Amino acid sequence: MGEATGGWRRTAVASVVVCSLGGALLARGTEGFRALTSEQARRNTVARSPRTLPDVAFEDQDHRPFTLADYRGRPIAVDFVYTRCRSICTVSNAGFQRLDSAERSRRHDGVERLALVSISFDSSDTPERLREQASRYDADGRSWRFARLRDPRQLTALLNAFGVIVIPASGGDFQHNAAVLLVDDEGRLARVLDADARPEDVTSAVATIRRRDVSADGSPVR
Amino acid sequence: MNFAMSGILLLIALALPASREELERGMATHMLVQIPLLAVAGAIVVHDFPASWRTWLATWNRGGITGTLLALLVSAWWMVPRALDLALASPSMELTKFVSLPLFVGVPLGLSWSRLGALGRGLVLGNVLPMWAVVGWMYVVAPVRVCNFYLVEQQVWAGAGLIGASAIVGVMMGVMAFQGPHPVTPESRATHAG
Repeated sequence: MGEATGGWRRTAVASVVVCSLGGALLARGTEGFRALTSEQARRNTVARSPRTLPDVAFEDQDHRPFTLADYRGRPIAVDFVYTRCRSICTVSNAGFQRLDSAERSRRHDGVERLALVSISFDSSDTPERLREQASRYDADGRSWRFARLRDPRQLTALLNAFGVIVIPASGGDFQHNAAVLLVDDEGRLARVLDADARPEDVTSAVATIRRRDVSADGSPVR
Repeated sequence: MNFAMSGILLLIALALPASREELERGMATHMLVQIPLLAVAGAIVVHDFPASWRTWLATWNRGGITGTLLALLVSAWWMVPRALDLALASPSMELTKFVSLPLFVGVPLGLSWSRLGALGRGLVLGNVLPMWAVVGWMYVVAPVRVCNFYLVEQQVWAGAGLIGASAIVGVMMGVMAFQGPHPVTPESRATHAG
């Protein structure tokens, strides 16, 4: 048609540039097409480089104060919940219940067993409400404890470090990216698994983050 | 000048804090209203590009190929759920959205669509429309939330909207393909714009 152009050379060059630049940027933005959602991106990032967590003070269902640093030398499975939740948290809680009993019946051969901590992000959750929740799911407060922040102002920092996003929904509910968050024996967030992961999947993921620590400094796990 | 003005006004309207907040509150309006309108703003402005720009740009864009590829690649990014989350979480990604959609989707499409032959248009729509429908269907039935910042209900709405958009554009194109109007050629465009 009426295109006053010399030939196709410029168009060919421009198209190649557009495709390679655009393709490269797309690949970068999606981490090589492996992270189309922010949730997958969080999982990839954490698995690649474990994340240091802020040292915040919690209290559990029996008002006992603790921090995650108290568990040093022992891996922890963490999930974020709130007690009024009737949707995804029930999946998380039931999963932790299965995980807790699986860990109880497993032989540990001198290796510290996995600790379970369910953290509430709802500032209206009191230790009493946490205790109700704990007894509903047979959390004994030792191997599995329900906890809340002693200082609610630290919530944002804690959620950011774990990559948890909580948005208020209708009826005073929350929606959040529920997951099983594995903290390694050096207190770093090292793996993110599906909220409904089976106990054996969690256990084998824990084994991989333990093995890495062993090979990292060459010393055996105590 | 009318076109350029209205495109820029549309862009400003979309950038107002109130409209940003309103449109980004829901995934469906974010994906299916704000993002397309940002591209429309760019496509409108093209009509007032000086003839000298058009001529020079056309040498790099014979048959509308380069522009179409650019628009497809950039719009593909804004179909990725992670991009929506990032735009809400980081101001620089939000700015990137407001720049890239008018400039790298709207403008190249405005410059290229009329140059694309019937086969090229068919090829583009034949790929894009089923993709919208499939992505939309996945949003509706997905057992997981794809955006951390949006609720599942909003995801279902966005999915339904994508399916709807695919169907509407598909029917429109079908009607045009079988009974006209004839595609706008650069010659007829020149008489309109002149």
